[in-house]
Amino acid sequence: MISFDYTLLIPVLPLLMFLTLGIGGHRLKPLMAGLLGSAAMGVVTVLSYLTAIQYFFVGGGMGADGYVALIPFQFTWLAFTDTLRITLGVMLDPISVMMLVVISTVSLMVHIYSLGYMKGEKGFQRFYAFLSLFSFSMLGLVLATNIFQMYIFWELVGVSSFLLIGFYYRKPSAIAASKKAFIVTRFADFGFLLGILILSYYTGTFDFGILTQPETSPVASMAGVSFMGLSVVSWAMVLVFMGGAGKSAMFPLHIWLPDAMEGPTPVSALIHAATMVVAGVYLVARLFVVYHFWAADIQEVIAWVGAFTSLFAAVIAITQHDIKRVLAFSTLSQIGYMMLALGVSGYGGAEGTGYMAAMFHLFTHAMFKALLFLGAGSVIHAVHSNLMTEMGGLRKYMPVTHITFLIACLTISGVPFLSGFFSKDEILVAAFEHSKVLFAIEFLVAGLTAFYMFRLYFNVFWGQERHYHHTPHESPWVMTVPLMVLAFASVFSGYLPFTHLVSPDRLPFEVHLHWGIAIPSVLIGLAGIGLAWVLYKRPSRVPDRMAAAMGGFYTTVYHKFYIDEVYLFVTRRVLFNLVSRPISWFDRHVVDAFMNALANVTNGVSDRIKGLQSGQLQMYAATFAAGVIGLVLLALYYLGSA
Amino acid sequence: MLHTIPLHYFLIVGTLMFFIGVAGFIIRRNLITILMSVELMLNAVNINFLAVNRYLYPHHLEGHFFTLFIVAIAAAEASIAIALIINIYRRFSTIDVDQVSDMKY
Repeated sequence: MISFDYTLLIPVLPLLMFLTLGIGGHRLKPLMAGLLGSAAMGVVTVLSYLTAIQYFFVGGGMGADGYVALIPFQFTWLAFTDTLRITLGVMLDPISVMMLVVISTVSLMVHIYSLGYMKGEKGFQRFYAFLSLFSFSMLGLVLATNIFQMYIFWELVGVSSFLLIGFYYRKPSAIAASKKAFIVTRFADFGFLLGILILSYYTGTFDFGILTQPETSPVASMAGVSFMGLSVVSWAMVLVFMGGAGKSAMFPLHIWLPDAMEGPTPVSALIHAATMVVAGVYLVARLFVVYHFWAADIQEVIAWVGAFTSLFAAVIAITQHDIKRVLAFSTLSQIGYMMLALGVSGYGGAEGTGYMAAMFHLFTHAMFKALLFLGAGSVIHAVHSNLMTEMGGLRKYMPVTHITFLIACLTISGVPFLSGFFSKDEILVAAFEHSKVLFAIEFLVAGLTAFYMFRLYFNVFWGQERHYHHTPHESPWVMTVPLMVLAFASVFSGYLPFTHLVSPDRLPFEVHLHWGIAIPSVLIGLAGIGLAWVLYKRPSRVPDRMAAAMGGFYTTVYHKFYIDEVYLFVTRRVLFNLVSRPISWFDRHVVDAFMNALANVTNGVSDRIKGLQSGQLQMYAATFAAGVIGLVLLALYYLGSA
Repeated sequence: MLHTIPLHYFLIVGTLMFFIGVAGFIIRRNLITILMSVELMLNAVNINFLAVNRYLYPHHLEGHFFTLFIVAIAAAEASIAIALIINIYRRFSTIDVDQVSDMKY
């Protein structure tokens, strides 16, 4: 038996680092703080890889009946009843071990990259403290043994996301974006909490191990109960999904993610591309058994939400000019893919392709999207602008960034034998098995993805050279090395034997490349690339004319379908006018008025009678004597007559 | 010989003393006089205690005990009152109670 006791260190080290840098960071030199944080993250990465190797490849995780969930560490934190107790612990199963690898790899790369990107920024130590806090929360989230522990860390990643988006706290737009992100996800987490409460009320447990047993799960006992035409399980699971949709920025809760790009670019790479935003996918995968067996209607909803979001975001991405926003919408679109894959997945054997594909795509997407963001950061670092219109012809000045960015674009477009090709193909296969409509949507999105990524690529690295303030230069090696590492991962992570590692029933299965689906999807990807080549490789007026020809539709898409405006309308006009204003009127004119009236009456009465307190001692004595005499007379009168 | 004086004589004397004390307390302005009025009231009560004890319960001693208590307390009270009066005099240069009326609304 292999011991996994050291896995406790994986979340604890970043926590210690957060406390060290948070409390004592300002006494350290900025570079020291950065190196310290990176070194701790390096140790965590080594431990995560060790865990993965021992769990998957040495046989530490393989039981008689497929992979087992190991719990190397656990203690009871709050014990309510014998069955309802909240524990904190570390759970290792295929998806959590896989997430450890993703998070530690991307986090380490971002730590190293930030040494160069954030150099000379005010609050460098604070930045590393927050990065450590985020890493701690995210690792704790994936290692959670029960849904309540997950919820705690879920909120912690929300807080660290808030802190990092608002890192440039002097910039009003960054403050607004951080508040928006926090409020929107917090609103979604409200649903998550309700879902947890409903689930635990009926099942009496928080434990993932108990909840996700297909045969013996206590969820089965609540199957008969229904509320307003929907079973209670479905209610609970749709509320839980609401939390996941908020964190993963699924439509209609996606509005915070594009604005979150106000944070420093490495943060966008770590939190808003690779790790935190896939927490929702991870949550659905974690509770997949419950969704699949007892809330199949909600699973269908997840599939459609995912499909819609991926199409919706891909269309918007085509029109955006800010490179980080293009990437943000691309992230939305890719997460939509993962949600869709989970939504269409079955349970046993090859039926579980969708589940496997979602996790596979999560893994490959984390690598190439982090690479895209870090590459974009490198470009922004060189030209000091986020806008595509102020870039062009950069391939000559930044060769490393150019090549790695190209690799990432090819990967996300699904060019054969790069990692994105394999994972996206599995998703399309799973979608095809389930529903032709969903497949058609995702097929279209694959083409759109290739198009908008290469529009970005050609605009930045080819096209017309702009007038730069100073000649753009390649970034220092601390920034290019992470790019190269991630490019390597983007190319080769597709060869990981995911079907042997991750499946809903935790048994290895075989799946073969489905050429009938792979070839058309590659072709549409190439078509997208070709179209972008024609339109954007050389400076031309065609794209502008096409945009003008589309008129109102283009404007609508450019403004992100006015979803933000709809939210503003709903909150400002509807909620504020119909709910908040009447309530505030009631508060001011009824509640406050009552209290004011009490105070006024007291005041008026005391004004009238304060003359009695004259300070004349003998006046008091006389009153007192008169009172006593009066009382005696009264007593005599009544007692005498009785 | 004492028995030749009926109880209500004592009670009348006590009552007169008490109300003289009350009247003095309310009417006189000088703090020393007011203190003396208070002593009058206390002693009026003492007379009542002793007389009633002697006439109604000659074999009990509670009335005497009470009287002794009151005498002791009156002594303590007088010392405190005089200390207060001295302080008032230092502060206001008068012991006229009408002038000492700062503690009002």
